[in-house]
Amino acid sequence: MSIEPTASPAMVEALVVITHDVGLHARPSVKLTKLAKTFAARVELAINEVGPWVDAKSIVKVMATRAPKGAVLLLRAEGHDAADAVAALVALVGRDFDEGHASHVVRA
Amino acid sequence: MSSARRFTGIIAARGFAEGPVAELGGAVARYVPSGDASREATTLRAALAMASAQLSGLMALASADAADMLEFQLAMLEDESLSQPAFDAIVAATDASTAWGNALEVQIAIYDAAKDDYFRARAADLRDIHDRVSRALSGAVDTRPPAGAILTGDDITPSQFLAADWSKGGAIVLRRGSAASHVAMLARARGVPMLIGVADLRAGSTIVGLVDAATAGSIELDPDSAARADFNARRATNDKAMHEAIATLATPAISADGSAIAVSVNIAEPTDVDSVDITHCDGVGLMRTEFLYSSCLPSEETQYRAYARVLDWAGGKPVTIRTVDAGGDKPVAGFTVEEANPFLGLRGIRLALAKPDIFRVQIRALLRAQALGDLRIMFPMVTVIGEFAAAAALFADEAGRLGVPVPPLGIMIEVPATAISPELFAGVAFFSIGSNDLTQYVMAAARDNAAVAALNDPTHPSVLRLIESAVRGAAALDIPISLCGDAGGDPNSIDALLNTGLRSLSVAPAQLALAKRAVAAVTIRP
Repeated sequence: MSIEPTASPAMVEALVVITHDVGLHARPSVKLTKLAKTFAARVELAINEVGPWVDAKSIVKVMATRAPKGAVLLLRAEGHDAADAVAALVALVGRDFDEGHASHVVRA
Repeated sequence: MSSARRFTGIIAARGFAEGPVAELGGAVARYVPSGDASREATTLRAALAMASAQLSGLMALASADAADMLEFQLAMLEDESLSQPAFDAIVAATDASTAWGNALEVQIAIYDAAKDDYFRARAADLRDIHDRVSRALSGAVDTRPPAGAILTGDDITPSQFLAADWSKGGAIVLRRGSAASHVAMLARARGVPMLIGVADLRAGSTIVGLVDAATAGSIELDPDSAARADFNARRATNDKAMHEAIATLATPAISADGSAIAVSVNIAEPTDVDSVDITHCDGVGLMRTEFLYSSCLPSEETQYRAYARVLDWAGGKPVTIRTVDAGGDKPVAGFTVEEANPFLGLRGIRLALAKPDIFRVQIRALLRAQALGDLRIMFPMVTVIGEFAAAAALFADEAGRLGVPVPPLGIMIEVPATAISPELFAGVAFFSIGSNDLTQYVMAAARDNAAVAALNDPTHPSVLRLIESAVRGAAALDIPISLCGDAGGDPNSIDALLNTGLRSLSVAPAQLALAKRAVAAVTIRP
């Protein structure tokens, strides 16, 4: 479940529910911070509207939020590619970090 | 050299090896501060870079699960937020080693204090990162030993095993250790000779060692020519037997009196089947699934892929997958509980039923995978029929949702209660005797304790009597029965096992050839 990014010239915000089994832990955090780093925009996340907002490009800080399964993840970004950054991160969380109950079937 | 250069222990994985001796986790050099802040900062920066390079190097060699763990460590290490407090402290006249230690101590304390098991378990990763950078700072050599080395030490961690290059031979010789450890299972699967309980071993400045983990259970350090000749003779005899066994691998296992014996393989991870020709065995008698839970709780998709790979390889032959057997000596972050007496606690099916949300993920992955071959499911540590019924109900429930049938569901016989009264388990699709746990429970000798290893004997008359009881009970109920413990692959135990009435064994891939050869030599008494 996600809400479309709100377009504003300065800041783009969105929220998305974490459905991954163990929440925002090691592997999901690696994926999230790696993706965030591909954008020039300043990207931050929080699990509470009053913050603390942490740098979404820092795995040390993202891990420290300890966002559990079912937590609402708030994202905000600032910069010329802010809208793309937020959309990409919302999509990643929405896809369960590409390792949850995704429907694609792989035969190795 | 004196006789004190020869030491004996217990064989945990069979084989012979000759090579340089390397003590694990050798002395850590002391860090000497320069007393100059800018030099300390440069030193720390260089140590961080070296640690990153080491982790990248390890990742390139690691299996997918191990690579995930290493990638997480690398991401943490390369995050400036981790090291910034250390650089700040250096500016305030702290030396690089103390500054790094303090910075990581703060982080480790945060993880240690977490309520969430999974998060708390990451403290070990932080400690690993701390140690790696500290070694780089003090100039201590990283512990990656030369290829083909004989590794000696008190014990060895799975990551040390994975970091070593086994392509050119080598062996593991431990003063403590356990034949039931994760490393011992990996060693058997990969054919790395391993000795445990070599309590007095002092390798000192040894240059070369000879390991006989097939007959004598010995290591000889810097042997003289007579010791070397004796070793070579034992090795040659063993190699000849091995070659004969390999030459007959493709033929079915038939005992000397003409009884056909099914011989399957035990696998601990999907890549274990790479070394096995499916035409040489009767399928997979035990696929362990604990490897999936080694770094975190696996998703349904991760599990499905692992099961699919093995079913695909088996090409229609039976594949028996054991549902997760965590607990006991196999803790899993976010799943197992800490207990004073874990072998008698919440492990195997008991734990799975206590955490149904986690169990259901595995059930769904298994139900989806059954379409790919002849899948059978077995439950570990079943003690009473109610546990089987509860697990079967969960399978039925998930199968109903997915609109698929329930595959054959069987149980491990490893708790003495089950072996004594198998008649209480009518309706179970099959039995599989787990002789490792059955032995430790019957003999009251923990499988991970080298001090009581001599008591942990699967051919003790009392253990064999319970196996016979299970076999008789299975016959009365017309339930197929096999054995998948390590005893099944031990040529010295096979005669006794087949004479209990067993006709089906499942063995580690590296033991397949010798086990089939041992079967051919057995005469089953009427």
